[in-house]
Amino acid sequence: MSNMSVKLPADAFRPVKQTSETSELITRPSLTFWADARRRLMKNKVAMLGLIIIFIITLMAIVVPVFSQYSYEQQNLSNTNAPPSTEHIFGTDSHGRDLWVRVWYGARVSLAVGVFGSIIPSLIGIIIGGISGYFGGKVDMIIMRFIDIVMCVPNMIYIILITLFIGTGPVALIIAFAITGWMGTARSVRGMVLQLKEQEFVLASRTLGASSLSLIFEHLVPNTLGIVVVSMTLGVPAAIFQEAFLSFIGLGIKPPIPSWGQLANTGISVFRIYPSQLLIPAALISMTMLSFNLFGDGLRDALDPKLRM
Amino acid sequence: MAKHLLEVKGLKKYFKVGRNQILHAVDDVSFNIEQGKTLGLVGESGCGKTTVGRTIIRLYDADGGQVLFNGRDVHQLNRKEYKEFTRSMQMIFQDPYASLDPRKTVGAIVGEGLKIHKLCETRQEYTERIYELLETVGLSREHASRFPHEFSGGQRQRVGIARALAVNPKFIVCDEAISALDVSIQAQVINLLVELQEKLKLTYLFIAHDLNMVRHISDDTAVMYLGKVVEKAETSELFETPKHPYTIGLLAAAPEADPDFEQSRAKTLMSGEVASPINPEPICRFAGRCPYARPKCKQNEPELMDVGNNHYVACYKVQEGW
Repeated sequence: MSNMSVKLPADAFRPVKQTSETSELITRPSLTFWADARRRLMKNKVAMLGLIIIFIITLMAIVVPVFSQYSYEQQNLSNTNAPPSTEHIFGTDSHGRDLWVRVWYGARVSLAVGVFGSIIPSLIGIIIGGISGYFGGKVDMIIMRFIDIVMCVPNMIYIILITLFIGTGPVALIIAFAITGWMGTARSVRGMVLQLKEQEFVLASRTLGASSLSLIFEHLVPNTLGIVVVSMTLGVPAAIFQEAFLSFIGLGIKPPIPSWGQLANTGISVFRIYPSQLLIPAALISMTMLSFNLFGDGLRDALDPKLRM
Repeated sequence: MAKHLLEVKGLKKYFKVGRNQILHAVDDVSFNIEQGKTLGLVGESGCGKTTVGRTIIRLYDADGGQVLFNGRDVHQLNRKEYKEFTRSMQMIFQDPYASLDPRKTVGAIVGEGLKIHKLCETRQEYTERIYELLETVGLSREHASRFPHEFSGGQRQRVGIARALAVNPKFIVCDEAISALDVSIQAQVINLLVELQEKLKLTYLFIAHDLNMVRHISDDTAVMYLGKVVEKAETSELFETPKHPYTIGLLAAAPEADPDFEQSRAKTLMSGEVASPINPEPICRFAGRCPYARPKCKQNEPELMDVGNNHYVACYKVQEGW
């Protein structure tokens, strides 16, 4: 090491012009929390790819059934199980219905069930979890024990029972998800609120004379929001999958209304002869779930202020 | 009009920790603080210092006793009066990493009190006031749009001080305001607090376990042990002639800066463990560790008594001159 002397002649240096004023200057522009999160999300290529795919699928779901010459239930028994062609892009099914329209109409149903089936239970969970955590004591005890008991029974049983009572269809499914899906969010929000309300910044706010309402909405909820938004985003593919599964076993969406799960269910009976009828809806389910998961992951990173670069 | 800005009389705060188990966090604590003075409150971890601070500012409800601020009992105030009271008493918190909302900008944090109490008429006045506050505590106006995680511990603590100052309080509870900071930063923050006290005529309750800092900043000092004040006197009096065996032990345990002196000096360290604050018996709480304890100490509980020179001690040995 000793022979590795580095020569640093004095004229290789020049003074940086710094005054006490400029040295403390921060040049990075100031951003609000959400603007900053958006900036970081935009930088995340994988998450943006997910968002673009979600956007394209949504756009197709809206546009295709409107402009297509076929409707999702229009049968043509002289042209059943046709392979993909220019006439029928995804071919036709065993009733001669155009699969291109059915797949994109099914996307409407699947996405609607997925999005609302995730957002509505999360909102219920935030409210109940927030109340439970903030007020604590007996209120908390009763709500938490109730959740414990209800969660002992698998979700699927509730969903089956609920669909038996209120029938099948997209709305019934969303209601069923809302009734069964809020408990997880409620628990995690309650846990976070319990932890947050003893934090010194919440105490500081109390010593400043802040009311309960402003404590909840200025400090407690915003600090749980990041995690809740992420779990909501990751809940969408879960709900889509659950819908697909329920439709697949014949409990979700009933024909002729298509959904991806229901299309896969129909496709499986002819899988050996016409594999595309299963593969197309299956690929779309997978792609949508993957996109939502990637986007949700990116969102989590973007919403965490400690990861800010 | 009382000359004491704050009078604490027989303050009690108990926590239920289990069936029939009551933790006596603060048990019959009394002291007064005059306008413009600083009272240092010292004691080891878990002796109830922070609970005293939080009960005074009514973050906790008292289980007994009174906290008189300007002659009015803080715990009897109704909602409207309490909100008014929060303008005159503020708190600086211990952990600069937990005491600032990570979602808010420094400007919003400092301005929260201004908003709650509607102290500013216009948007511009509000921003100007925030800049002014930041500059008062030695930060610059550019910092207003930054988030707390972009700051160091010392800077964050300055933000916490600015937040407390926003509502123009008369009294500030400094709850271990410096113990989470580096020694060099501690000195800066302490000097800032002293400077602000002179400029804004503030009164402090300075809670700490660092004896040197307390000695530096306080006019009077009270020593707490297991929820009780065991000794209370003018700071120089207390540090020069400590009387309670616990205070003597505490002062002896504080390290000295000079390593040679530190090596050679006699250390009379306390032995034994702190007794449990759960359901304590009505005896001297230090008796189990006290080298001078006599049977009387384990039968009765000594009261805080003036032993001359405004020096209060709760110890039979001192009071009766064994």
